[in-house]
Amino acid sequence: MSTLEIKDLKVSIETDQGTKHILKGVDLTINEGEIHAVMGPNGSGKSTLAYTIAGHPRYNVEGGSITFDGQDVLAMSVDERARAGLFLAMQYPVEIPGVTVTNFLRTAKTAIDGEEPSIRHWGGTVKEAMGKLRMDPSFAARNVNEGFSGGEKKRHEILQLELLKPKFAILDETDSGLDVDALKIVSEGVNRAHQETGLGVLLITHYTRILRYITPDFVHVFVDGKVAEEGGPELAERLEDEGYDRYLVAQA
Amino acid sequence: MSTPVQTEQHGLTEHSHGGWATVPVQTRSERFASTSHDDFPEVTGREAIWKYAPVDKLRELIDGELDGSPYAILYPEAAGTDVEWIDRTHELVGSAGTPEDRAAANAWTSFEKALHIRLDGEAETLTVTRTALGTTARAAHTVISAAKGSTGLVVLDSQGVAKLTENLEIVLEDDANITVVSVQEWDDTALHLASQFARIGHGATLTHIVVSLGGEVVRVNPSAHLAGEGADAELYGVYFADAGQHLEQQVYVHHEAAHTRSRVTYKGALNGEGAHTVWIGDVLIGRDATGTDTYEQNRNLVLSDGTRADSIPNLEIETGDIEGAGHASATGRFDDEQLFYLQARGIPEDEARRLVVLGFLSEIVQKIGEPALEARLHEALEAELAGTR
Repeated sequence: MSTLEIKDLKVSIETDQGTKHILKGVDLTINEGEIHAVMGPNGSGKSTLAYTIAGHPRYNVEGGSITFDGQDVLAMSVDERARAGLFLAMQYPVEIPGVTVTNFLRTAKTAIDGEEPSIRHWGGTVKEAMGKLRMDPSFAARNVNEGFSGGEKKRHEILQLELLKPKFAILDETDSGLDVDALKIVSEGVNRAHQETGLGVLLITHYTRILRYITPDFVHVFVDGKVAEEGGPELAERLEDEGYDRYLVAQA
Repeated sequence: MSTPVQTEQHGLTEHSHGGWATVPVQTRSERFASTSHDDFPEVTGREAIWKYAPVDKLRELIDGELDGSPYAILYPEAAGTDVEWIDRTHELVGSAGTPEDRAAANAWTSFEKALHIRLDGEAETLTVTRTALGTTARAAHTVISAAKGSTGLVVLDSQGVAKLTENLEIVLEDDANITVVSVQEWDDTALHLASQFARIGHGATLTHIVVSLGGEVVRVNPSAHLAGEGADAELYGVYFADAGQHLEQQVYVHHEAAHTRSRVTYKGALNGEGAHTVWIGDVLIGRDATGTDTYEQNRNLVLSDGTRADSIPNLEIETGDIEGAGHASATGRFDDEQLFYLQARGIPEDEARRLVVLGFLSEIVQKIGEPALEARLHEALEAELAGTR
């Protein structure tokens, strides 16, 4: 069974005002097939955790470890992490002019699998996956994320999740900016990947709304760069009623 | 608003606005023009038109004696097109523009015959290739004329060794709709100065694409005069400068008639010590050009240290009654966020770089609409990129 293990992770970034310490010792273990929700107020370090796992160069790891089945993730380049089976669905997917979705998906699939996908089946696989996410076929010919609406970008992220079949997915505020219909479609995609491939999920969100469609096994509350409380799905319900105030008061 | 903006490769700089309340720094319409070399003062290298160019390498083209005789061209027959050499006195010569610099005037003074390409009706794609200009300093003159209501695509394909200063005139009669592609894939040693003047009639549309990849110094200065009501110009350019290469383009759009539209998009990449690109984009909206709609932009991608990209948009407006006018210029290093996005999908860094650069540049190539040429240019860009690693 695959395991992603984060131990005492400390991360900082450089800002104009100097070094800013964001993660102050995070412990988190996700096993294959588990769904973990990471919740917390803005600025608590949720996205920093996501980008640090994926290896974004802006984030400096100052201490602790991330291991994936015993392998040192922090020693891997960004693309090595992806090829090892980690996937980050981004909050703000980047536009890539002149690179079509078709070309991008084939290139990524080839890189992840180490061989070109079968010409005979790949086109149909992409089309079917797009259909399930209610994406118009014309998307395939468009440039990556160029002119996509917020909802289209998120569906495109989940499309990649379903096609690339990672072992662990980090969803960074995938629910933000989605209307109810789009939220359902995107959640169904995540649930499909979870059921079909035994995907482990780290679902980062500010709101409990998405948890009505994706049921977490564990909920972690992030406050000021640390896990302040952990529990089962009932913790999310409590947050829905009470908000984050009591953690912030306790902190003060 | 028409303050010249110069951006270099240090970090990403953005410059963009869409308004038009402007005080011109220099009136483009009053720039001196003449077909005679001697009418221009000696070039010092400090003039607006010369200040970015390596003038010392270009002295022979600016002031030297030029061979103005017809040269060898290759072209397959294409229906609806005629190719012939015409005399200097032909009525078409001088109908689209007049030189605005001494090298262009030197070419005009020196050419013996002009190459005339005529399009009529629904013309087939015509590719005219010149590969054997040689090392003697030369003058050339070309006229492309598109008859009323005609359509077509002309590719002017330049390869091999050359030392050339030339003028190209493009005349679009009313309602013509044509594409002209000027490909500079010269030998590494080539020196080339070109002024390309287009005069676009009532309801006519010109798509003009400059592709500059090869040559030591290549300067192509296109100008489009939107002379008839409803005229439309789309001016594109793509260039890739390697170490020691100077690629320049000074683009000028003159909205003369009412309800005219222009779009200018030039994209370039720079790689290697001494790679230098220059883009100057002047747009003049004349006092009769009410309802004008114009937007111009230049984007440069800097791939290494030691390069220099000059990018200067200028907008000059003589009437306030327009649809819209805007310009943008950005010169930047590789976008690390794009790289991160692709790498986060498992794509190795070098492959991700290749994808991003080719994507950036092929956006222009895709405008050509001639699959064989697009494929060739795509390969050429791949080769440029491969040479950089």
